Amino acid sequence: MTNLAIAANGLRKSYGDKVVLDGIDLTVPVGTIFSLLGPNGAGKTTAVQILSTLIPADGGEVQVAGFDLARKPDDVRGAIGVTGQYSAVDKLLTGEENLLLMADLKHLSRGDGKRRAAELLDRFDLVDAARKPAATYSGGMQRRLDLAMTLVGDPRLIFLDEPTTGLDPRSRRSMWQIVRELVASGVTIFLTTQYLEEADELADRIALLDHGRLIAEGTAEELKRRIPGGHIELTFADAHLLDAAHHLLGAGITDPEALTLQVPSDGGVPAIRELLNLLDERSIDIAEMNVHTPDLDDVFLTLTGQQKVEATR
Amino acid sequence: MSTLSLAMRDNSTMIRRQLKRLLRYPSMTVQLVATPVIILIVFVYVFGGTLGEGLGGGGRDAYVNYVVPGILLMAVATAATGTAVMVASDMTEGIIARFRTMRISRASVLTGHVVGSVIQQLLGMAAVIGIAFALGFRPNATAVEWLAAAGLLTLFVVAVTWLAVALGLRSPTPEAASNAPMPLILLPFLGSGFVPTDSMPTVLRWFAEYQPFTPVMETVRGLLLGTPIGNSGAIATAWCAGVAVISYLWAKNIFNKA
Ligand SMILES: Nc1ncnc2c1ncn2[C@@H]1O[C@H](COP(=O)(O)OP(=O)(O)OP(=O)(O)O)[C@@H](O)[C@H]1O
Ligand SMILES: [Mg+2]
Repeated sequence: MTNLAIAANGLRKSYGDKVVLDGIDLTVPVGTIFSLLGPNGAGKTTAVQILSTLIPADGGEVQVAGFDLARKPDDVRGAIGVTGQYSAVDKLLTGEENLLLMADLKHLSRGDGKRRAAELLDRFDLVDAARKPAATYSGGMQRRLDLAMTLVGDPRLIFLDEPTTGLDPRSRRSMWQIVRELVASGVTIFLTTQYLEEADELADRIALLDHGRLIAEGTAEELKRRIPGGHIELTFADAHLLDAAHHLLGAGITDPEALTLQVPSDGGVPAIRELLNLLDERSIDIAEMNVHTPDLDDVFLTLTGQQKVEATR
Repeated sequence: MSTLSLAMRDNSTMIRRQLKRLLRYPSMTVQLVATPVIILIVFVYVFGGTLGEGLGGGGRDAYVNYVVPGILLMAVATAATGTAVMVASDMTEGIIARFRTMRISRASVLTGHVVGSVIQQLLGMAAVIGIAFALGFRPNATAVEWLAAAGLLTLFVVAVTWLAVALGLRSPTPEAASNAPMPLILLPFLGSGFVPTDSMPTVLRWFAEYQPFTPVMETVRGLLLGTPIGNSGAIATAWCAGVAVISYLWAKNIFNKA
């Protein structure tokens, strides 16, 4: 069990009557990325807050970085770094001062602290803004400073609560790159996100959280297999063409009223090209085409739907 | 390094954080000096002539000397409001959540606020005394008496500031925090700050003589101007030490629980 960064058993938390985490089990091996995926209000932040010693759990056995969370919170704190959902920078201080503050609190020597701060400013593209108060930073810059501050003490386990929410696509990609580099250097990452794509890109294992329960857990591939695949929706000008296409492809669901045909597909370019070529050869004209790839909505609709069915059985 | 020396390092880190923040927003420090100076000017030039006669002669010049200790304590009470607001708004910042997930001495977050505010207020107090000199304040204290007065005032500032920190922590919003220390501002008036207590009606006089600000003002006045101190010095020290210790424990308790 020594190679687990997080081991939680029956983690529970309620606010008054509202059950936020309803007995959750988590295991995160050292050196991997674990992603907790869930919609607004699922309990992601609450889970991060408990695991990072910010708030106490109501119940459950939890080990973080090899220490018992309830009995040795200070040892846990010494091993982790946290970038919360909301900005945790001192807005009155400059970016550089924020990093030096972290270096002092991590008890680095003056020289080491300065070196580390300079290194992180450079790595997070904040050199030009280093001497400006953080209050003047854009959302993306504050987010980067936030993560840079978390990295000052070289924590072995890092919590990232929705690290890319509100970032533009380019910033999101560079954040992903940084996360990959961290894991390559042996760090363990506990990441929450609302985006299936993000979990898919980064995580070794994904857990789906809904209404305080884990409704599914596994690798991205395992989870996708449990979700109905994507499809291509073709619309035709008349029923004749619709029937011809259905007959030709020998698969899919027709809707004669809307004149549409839904063909199961992974939505990739080769599959689309093949489909179009096939229809073209027979001169079956398409009026409209929509590609539908599975997203978080599908995952949740499917899995929460299953939950209800199982529960009523 | 030992736990103690690490805690000391955290304290000095947090004090530096707070001083930097105060330097970046000097308007608050300026206000800290401006408010008591304006009140000093109003009391000396508007009421001073009459009130000075009532003290047993001496007019305005006698009144400047009488009123300065009260003004200094009022300055501290005013600053308490600023400290409470600052603590309350700091607690709503994400950086505090970050501190809570770090292996640092927790009290250092509060110590930073207290020491920052105390330094700010002592500098402000020195400025107020300087301006009082310009308005005719003429103490006759020896160096030792000045030192004793400074010591008691520092202890008083520490006590009121810890109280302000606790009140700030207890307040749900910065707005609420700005009201909590309000009663403190009245205490110099409801004590011997602006007029001697024996000129007051019985009930008020009883309150004025037993509330904590009065012995502090009497002691400072005695040290700087040679008026009788009696047992005020001991009572003042006991009050300040008591308020400081209780407020410190209270603040630490609230911060650890939240
Ligand atoms: N301090 C609190 N007091 C009462 N209820 C709370 C508190 N914190 C969270 N909750 C409730 O717990 C539930 C889970 O909140 P949480 O912040 O963990 O969700 P989340 O998954 O992080 O959502 P989001 O994607 O919006 O960040 C919500 O219904 C929320 O209202
Ligand atoms: Mg959240």
